[in-house]
Amino acid sequence: MKLHEHQAKGLLAAQGVPVPQGRAAFSVDEAVAAARAVGFPAVVKAQIHAGGRGKGGGVKLARSLDEVESLARAMLGMRLVTHQTGPEGRIVRRLLVEQGMDMEGAREMYLAVLIDRQVGRPVVMGSSRGGVDIEEVAAKDPAAIVRTHVDPAAGFQPFQARKLALALGLSGQSFGKAVPFISSVYKAFVSYDAALVEINPLLVTRGGDWVALDAKVDLDDNALRRHPDLVLLRDLTEESPLEVEAGKHDLNYIKLEGGTIGCMVNGAGLAMATMDIIKLAGGSPANFLDVGGGANADQIRAAFRILLADKDVKVVLINIFGGILRCDVLAEGVIAAVKELDVRVPVVVRMKGNNEDLGRSMLAESGLDFRTGEGMAEAAQLAVAAGGGQA
Amino acid sequence: MSVIVGRETRVVVQGMGRHGTFHALACREYGTQIVGGMTPGKGGTKIEGFPIFDSMEQAVREAGANAALVFVPPIAAADAMMEAADSGVGVIVCITEGIPTQDMVRASAFLRERGTRLIGPNCPGIISPGEKCKVGIMPGHIHTPGPVGIISRSGTLTYEAVGQLTALGIGQSTCIGIGGDPIIGTTHRDALELFARDGATEAIVMIGEIGGNAEEEAAAFVRKSVSKPVIGFVAGQTAPPGRRMGHAGAIIAGGKGTAREKMDAMRAAGIAVVQSPADIGAEVARQLKSS
Repeated sequence: MKLHEHQAKGLLAAQGVPVPQGRAAFSVDEAVAAARAVGFPAVVKAQIHAGGRGKGGGVKLARSLDEVESLARAMLGMRLVTHQTGPEGRIVRRLLVEQGMDMEGAREMYLAVLIDRQVGRPVVMGSSRGGVDIEEVAAKDPAAIVRTHVDPAAGFQPFQARKLALALGLSGQSFGKAVPFISSVYKAFVSYDAALVEINPLLVTRGGDWVALDAKVDLDDNALRRHPDLVLLRDLTEESPLEVEAGKHDLNYIKLEGGTIGCMVNGAGLAMATMDIIKLAGGSPANFLDVGGGANADQIRAAFRILLADKDVKVVLINIFGGILRCDVLAEGVIAAVKELDVRVPVVVRMKGNNEDLGRSMLAESGLDFRTGEGMAEAAQLAVAAGGGQA
Repeated sequence: MSVIVGRETRVVVQGMGRHGTFHALACREYGTQIVGGMTPGKGGTKIEGFPIFDSMEQAVREAGANAALVFVPPIAAADAMMEAADSGVGVIVCITEGIPTQDMVRASAFLRERGTRLIGPNCPGIISPGEKCKVGIMPGHIHTPGPVGIISRSGTLTYEAVGQLTALGIGQSTCIGIGGDPIIGTTHRDALELFARDGATEAIVMIGEIGGNAEEEAAAFVRKSVSKPVIGFVAGQTAPPGRRMGHAGAIIAGGKGTAREKMDAMRAAGIAVVQSPADIGAEVARQLKSS
């Protein structure tokens, strides 16, 4: 689960990480009140779940209440386009108004904690090249990134913070702040069950203080069950409505731009493989949709509703490998959903496994226009032929 | 012959709820020695004829268990795996999907320290058809004994590959679903090493997917140490970057972990990579004939 910057900073501050003083604002009035509280200069920052906001015009400095008011008026409701939002951008619905930091003589660094899946352990990463896209740094100058892995039983140790700080070229006053700062960031990573904590830029001031100038916290969805307080931070307006709807029915749906063949598959790997085989057959998949192992009648109905809400979908391709699930039960669910929702687009069904012959004959005798394929390749070709070819 | 599980495997099912019990029965029916179930607080009772234990230690002592099959809900699954490892069983198969990643970090370090082999989590399990041993949730009836070892990160896509092989009259030595999570026990590379040594395995199918670099590591191992034919497929050739495709591990991050990179690495290592998932069975047949 993604969080807004102001939420991330709030969580980090609660673990002892220094952040600029700031407040979230959902209206122009709130923005003005926030600026009054934090003082000037103030920074007005658009809050969306995407990076690159500064370049897109979503971060501005204000020196007066009037300036804050006009900035807030311009930003709230604007469509902010960054390299991470795609061309359609995101509507700005909230702002963070925070105290402007003295950048004179300050250094911008980078710090992140995440799980290194190769090693199976958390890794703390730092770079003296902050304030830029870290992936660019990683590609152009990998030596500028330093890493230290954390023993999960022992936890993060102070020497690791010192090691990082030395590698980043810090000394004196600023070196001394490394241990409390990085330890607090690591503590936040563990206590919130985060998937990622990233501070970029991490400001090291002329006086040697460390401040999280920007912060990103991604939470592990699987751990939210034990963090009911963090669930409340979810901002549904930042998510695709169809994907949210799918989640309510335990379906995993991801829309793909420009595709015309709506897919309904059980299992994530088979769902990806089905998208691949559609492409090989000359079509383009409209989505990824995993109905899971059970695929009951309710889920099939919900899946159809979601697929058909996408106006690009010209054909539906169902690919189910019924291991435990019986194909006749599946066929019953598909027939009921197609009747009930008055599905008008062609439906291609490929099912394999338990009672597949019975399932197929039920589809054939339903009086509805189903096309059935024996193998995956054949089904994909049928879907393309039924109108799902490249436009 | 087979790898990891066989006739001598004695399984305790952890988490004898509806799901766990259903699969305990299906495994027993297939021929697996299911020696009991474990649900704390239900010790001394019986479910479907299976003796129930309060702890894994009891299950090992009283029923001679040497493997655990875990169906415990995600929040408690790491604890269950660590209990199993502590009891001394050598193999843990964890079916549970949705375990918090940081829990897995702790559990996998704990298991590694004790030398316990873990399959999964978030996997269909493992099956050795010739040994009549199924420790997992896969449909037993689609499998048939034979010379092909299968390693896969996905469930139903594995069934698809098995279905193609069985339809062509080609059986399997052992099929291992290694799981779709970012942190798993047995990896592609580990499984390849076992199959390379297994006398009953003549060819290996490796089904990968986007995300991480386990396929690249496996490819490097194949190039160096596997002389048997290896047939590969990578799911997610059409997946967009930055989106988690169902499996928590299936995400292209920062331009890394794409299907293209993985397929290139596998091809360069001499693996016969098929572009279409429908061609896995036919390619295996071709490789077996020419080897």
